[in-house]
Amino acid sequence: MYSSQTNKCLLIDFWHSVAERESAVRGRLECLPARMSKSLRILVPVKRVIDYAIKPRVNKSQTGIDTAGVKHSLNPFDELSIEEAVRLRERKKTPVSDILAFSAGPAKCADTLRTAMAMGADRAIHVEVPEDQPLEPLGVAKLLKAVAEKEESNLVLVGKQAIDDDSGQTGQMLAGLLGWPQATQASKVEIEGETVTVTKEVDGGVDTVRARLPMIITTDLRLNEPRYASLPNIMKAKKKKIEKKTLEDYGVDGRRRLKTIKVEEPPPRKGGGKVQDVDGMISKLKELGKIWAFDVLPFPSSVSRPDGFLTLNATRSNLE
Amino acid sequence: MKESVSKFADSEVGPKVRDMDEAESMDPSVVESLFEQGLMGIEIPEEYGGAGMNFTAAIVGIEELARVDPSVSVLCDVHNTLVNTAILKWGSAAMKKKYLPKLATETVGSFCLSEPASGSDAFALKTRATKTDSGSYRISGSKMWITNAMESGVFIVFANLEPSKGYKGISAFIVEKGDRGFSIAKKEKKLGIRASSTCVVNFDDVEVPAENLLGKVGEGYKYAIGLLNEGRIGIAAQMTGLALGAWENAAKYVWNDRKQFGQLVGSFQGMQHQLAQAYTEICAARAMVFNAARKKEAGEDFVMDAAMAKLFSSQVAGRVSGQAIEWMGGMGFVREGIAEKMWRDSKIGAIYEGTSNIQLTTVAKLLQKEYTT
Ligand SMILES: Cc1cc2nc3c(=O)[nH]c(=O)nc-3n(C[C@H](O)[C@H](O)[C@H](O)COP(=O)(O)OP(=O)(O)OC[C@H]3O[C@@H](n4cnc5c(N)ncnc54)[C@H](O)[C@@H]3O)c2cc1C
Repeated sequence: MYSSQTNKCLLIDFWHSVAERESAVRGRLECLPARMSKSLRILVPVKRVIDYAIKPRVNKSQTGIDTAGVKHSLNPFDELSIEEAVRLRERKKTPVSDILAFSAGPAKCADTLRTAMAMGADRAIHVEVPEDQPLEPLGVAKLLKAVAEKEESNLVLVGKQAIDDDSGQTGQMLAGLLGWPQATQASKVEIEGETVTVTKEVDGGVDTVRARLPMIITTDLRLNEPRYASLPNIMKAKKKKIEKKTLEDYGVDGRRRLKTIKVEEPPPRKGGGKVQDVDGMISKLKELGKIWAFDVLPFPSSVSRPDGFLTLNATRSNLE
Repeated sequence: MKESVSKFADSEVGPKVRDMDEAESMDPSVVESLFEQGLMGIEIPEEYGGAGMNFTAAIVGIEELARVDPSVSVLCDVHNTLVNTAILKWGSAAMKKKYLPKLATETVGSFCLSEPASGSDAFALKTRATKTDSGSYRISGSKMWITNAMESGVFIVFANLEPSKGYKGISAFIVEKGDRGFSIAKKEKKLGIRASSTCVVNFDDVEVPAENLLGKVGEGYKYAIGLLNEGRIGIAAQMTGLALGAWENAAKYVWNDRKQFGQLVGSFQGMQHQLAQAYTEICAARAMVFNAARKKEAGEDFVMDAAMAKLFSSQVAGRVSGQAIEWMGGMGFVREGIAEKMWRDSKIGAIYEGTSNIQLTTVAKLLQKEYTT
């Protein structure tokens, strides 16, 4: 029976009916032994990044972004994760016994963690890592694995990416390391007992997956609207605990494997021109040599040049 | 905290500023969200549902709100620095228990001192209180210029219980909106802070129970002086926030959007020097505001500092917001952005909680006392 279920899972990609697909996933998951406690212990990794409203500037030596004296704040995707954790608690469907905010970074991460706690996290752990030697996604994932195991987390809500390096890898790596199911780019999360249903928005529709705890969910912009920390909650956050830990405590080696060769500003945008209509736009693009072929198709499709010059995904009606 | 209030102000209040000004009314959802954010009970202890923060936090909140909308800021300012503080300082245990939780979470408050015939000379007030046989008080008279009156449920009213004693007969009482004989007679149409309601309120033999006497009989004038001395720092913060908001709004425009003679208008040295001068003045005013707050917090004598801070901040606010309009040219003059509104709003800083002349009189009096040998 198990093998037939597994086979079914392998076929998932070829099925079009979501219902069919869901029942297959459920079928597979029901084979897994139930092993988690009933309350949620949520781990929310948070990163201190340059504020989204600040225009980043490349440093003089072209090795990175100037961070000195620049306003930093909680990575917006991580705000979504914290908010979702708090909402899961407020919804009261499944009890939430712990919301743990975690950050690895310079001493100032304490501010970021305070913000997370003012939004509703119960406590925080801070692993101090020097500002000039940030961890790579794999390092963070290894660290999170150790934290999740030690703290007995059964749900990790992680931003789909950090707005500074845009790596977008940590959640997936963590799922791989832990061997837990993952649902990426969540726009909706529902938890009933140990069953988690996650919706993500895809081109032209939504994609719903279901899995069982423990699991990893990466959060996307449409998930919720994060609250502003209220003054009473800011005060309460001052009394919450930030535990200081080191990489060694978790047996993680923070050495980097990648070397940044050079960081450059994007070329300044040249002024645009105006075209009258779709035909005008197409001929302008052709004239500029920006597209290699362009057919206006009756249905949505992609037109791209092998060297990736420009990809258009368009029909005449949606261009007009 | 500053960041949180600033974010809240930008995204929740910002989009409504223009409409509220045009409509000359406060959007109830803004008031509701001020309560949700804890901005209406900044200094109220946690046990009463407040944030349990200090005076400086209130100043920071008032300033951040004013950066976006001075009308919303003054609603928060009067409520926190005059009404909440009065009850916190002089209210009985029962009064605190009854009113503080409401004031922290759902009911706006007003401070009623000025009258048609008594402005700068506040203690010439004519509103009378009489004690009834049952021990309750009956209040009768008319108050003018009452901020928040349209939104408020709780009014602190200064009335003279023993006119023969002059200002020493003034006592303070709590009146509720629903009390019989209480009415709002007129809502003023104003030059600035138009979303903040300012009304004439009448007290027509309003009867309040004995326990609604705030503090002690005959001490009302002391409370009013004390509250206004502190409250002034709040108004000063409203003015520095306003100046900063006006300056930032114009700076963004001249340094990013508007080009003339082939370059951004903010790159002309004539403009740059004005922007730099204005920013320097704002910083000086802010230093005065936070120094006054610090002294108050430390229990030092701060009366002169508060008076100077309010005087100077309102002058800077007027100057900078006026210049900001000029820096933006025609775009500063139209009722689209916030430039012209900030300038209109700045004028009130020189009037309420003591006009500029009254601040100068206070400063001069204290200086003269110190330098008279
Ligand atoms: C929008 C708004 C909101 C307000 N909110 C409130 C509120 O919530 N509660 C409240 O109680 N009051 C409130 N006030 C009243 C405010 O505090 C008074 O307007 C202020 O104290 C000035 O009084 P007045 O308007 O009667 O002016 P006046 O006292 O008539 O002053 C007129 C002019 O004479 C000058 N002057 C007066 N006396 C002297 C002097 N001795 N030496 C030199 N010059 C002098 C003044 O500086 C001023 O230039 C508000 C007023 C406004 C406009």
